[in-house]
Amino acid sequence: MTAQPASVAPLLVFGWGNLSRGDDALGPLCIEHLRDLRMPAARVEYLDDYQLQIEHALDLVGRQRVLFVDASLSCRAPFEVTPLRAVQDASFTTHAMSPQALMQVFRDLRGEEPPPCTLLAIRGECFELGEPPSVGALDHLAAALQWAEAWLATPVPQVAHA
Amino acid sequence: MTPSLETADPAVVSQGLRRVAIDPVSRVEGHGKVTILLDAQNRVQQVRLHIVEFRGFEKFIEGRPYWEVPVMVQRLCGICPVSHHLAASKAFDRVVGAVPVTPSADKIRRLMHYGQVMQSHALHFFYLSAPDLLFGFDSEVNRRNIVGVAQAHPDIARKGILLRKFGQEVIRATAGKRVHGTGSVPGGVNKHVSLEDRALLQRDVAQMIAWAQDAVDIAKQLHAQNPALYDSFGSVRSNMLSLVRADGALDLYDGVIRARDAAGKIICDGASDQSYLDLIEEEVKPWTYMKFPFLKSLGADLGWYRVGPLARLQNCDFIPSPLAEAQRRLFLDWGKGEPIHATLAYHWARMIEVLHCIEVIKELLDDPDILSGELMALGPRQRAGVGVIEAPRGTLIHHYEVGDDDLVTMCNLIVATTHNNQAMNEAVRSVARQYLDGRELTEGLLNHIEVAIRAYDPCLSCATHALGQMPLDVALVGPEGELIDRVVKSHDGVFLHDLGSPVGLPT
Repeated sequence: MTAQPASVAPLLVFGWGNLSRGDDALGPLCIEHLRDLRMPAARVEYLDDYQLQIEHALDLVGRQRVLFVDASLSCRAPFEVTPLRAVQDASFTTHAMSPQALMQVFRDLRGEEPPPCTLLAIRGECFELGEPPSVGALDHLAAALQWAEAWLATPVPQVAHA
Repeated sequence: MTPSLETADPAVVSQGLRRVAIDPVSRVEGHGKVTILLDAQNRVQQVRLHIVEFRGFEKFIEGRPYWEVPVMVQRLCGICPVSHHLAASKAFDRVVGAVPVTPSADKIRRLMHYGQVMQSHALHFFYLSAPDLLFGFDSEVNRRNIVGVAQAHPDIARKGILLRKFGQEVIRATAGKRVHGTGSVPGGVNKHVSLEDRALLQRDVAQMIAWAQDAVDIAKQLHAQNPALYDSFGSVRSNMLSLVRADGALDLYDGVIRARDAAGKIICDGASDQSYLDLIEEEVKPWTYMKFPFLKSLGADLGWYRVGPLARLQNCDFIPSPLAEAQRRLFLDWGKGEPIHATLAYHWARMIEVLHCIEVIKELLDDPDILSGELMALGPRQRAGVGVIEAPRGTLIHHYEVGDDDLVTMCNLIVATTHNNQAMNEAVRSVARQYLDGRELTEGLLNHIEVAIRAYDPCLSCATHALGQMPLDVALVGPEGELIDRVVKSHDGVFLHDLGSPVGLPT
């Protein structure tokens, strides 16, 4: 079925979080700002969701580079960038899964390495329902956006990822 | 039915009750905390499942324009946003006088809903529960996750992922987007299904039915391979409640309220969803934010019930799709003429519902009304409306009142996890009685408690999931409040006894 898309943009930026839970909105808000840059759809696709889910492994198919964006309580302010590798995630999970585990699902599902993936973790402080993002978190988002724009501007290799 | 899930009286505690706290429960949505109250003989007296419900969400809705609400409430839950989207839409149909909605709106919403239920069930079974069920509850922790399933059973994992993907595509085709959809509005829907999307879904639907049949077989085989475990684990007798169609058929989108007792006898039937307050009352207990609903006619002690797939399959008279109905009959045969109350049977029932959902989706995709026809209906305005739907985890109630200025003045939500509150407490108590020796907290005990809770697929608190937030903390405390044992599971799965840190226990 939809496991193998006909053609996809070489870059994927995937942010997740809940817009109604304070700083949990940082991932989707980052996507919203990046969409406003209006880069060509043939070059980059933006996706957002409440959480990472198993089927999102299929969104990695055919990409050359992937950027995951999420709010984090544990990273240093204003943001941290981490190259990711697929791992068998031994953490306790909720319904949501880690990007590393998602990469591992991709590997097990398709029998090949996932594309290079990077996590942009933006420092948040308050995740209460019904609260807007905190002032501090929005400052962190602004700094993270500058880094994300540079990531998007990096030339895409001509050879497609296998 | 036991009336004993009460706050322990300090006098009783002083006579020998001890407290075990598990906080939070992993691999359920949000955070939960389990407190097990022991007596002086180390026997489990009570269990309290503390759930961080969506405190404040009802107030968050009040004061908003009613037409915003079906979109806003999707943020309640990252797993079943479509159920909230549709329950709110159904409630506001009443407010705008769209009773009934048009045939096209009804069928497009049904398509959206059955897509939602199948993708949620597929996630639950293949991702959240399959690791426990396929590897065993005591298996190595770093295997008991979807990655472990993918490595050991790649075909099962692949089917689960693609079933999920198909459900998401059904949602996209009907709601406009995979997430944050806006397809359903008060009075109807705002778009038809496109010919292109229909063709895409029709291409894959036969394969999905075949895979759903495989999934039912997996669940069935798990029961057949270990009937002693599957029949007894967390088993508690309870009443059952769900919507059914007017003719008694299973219906996940609309219907009348029916309840049966633990023996399968009908307690009430044909009740309008608009009068749910005549049937159900919610009890408040001081130790938890979550309420305890019960059937008014039976009272709080005897009237609690369970909802969700296990209740639905036994509450209805038949499933109106042939493959799923045949599987339902095999499922009922397992009970040998008695209702099935085994907690792990939720998984089997859930997979039969996945099969039914795809059969319904197939039928709806062939219906021309999803491609054309009136989308909106209007009628005399009302000040209030109730929308009830069978969400993946069970009956979901949205109740609103709206002022002349179009602003919501009252919002009451009862979600499936709330309906199942006491049933989950009872199931955990059953498991704890069997597996807790009272002297030491073991990882095995925690695993078994989590398996019992996960069978209900509770949505404990929705969609906060920032990185690094998921430790597991268990404390064993004596009758005088002294710390006897404490274990901590870190987010990377390390299990440590830790007696050196302060413990925050529930009161």
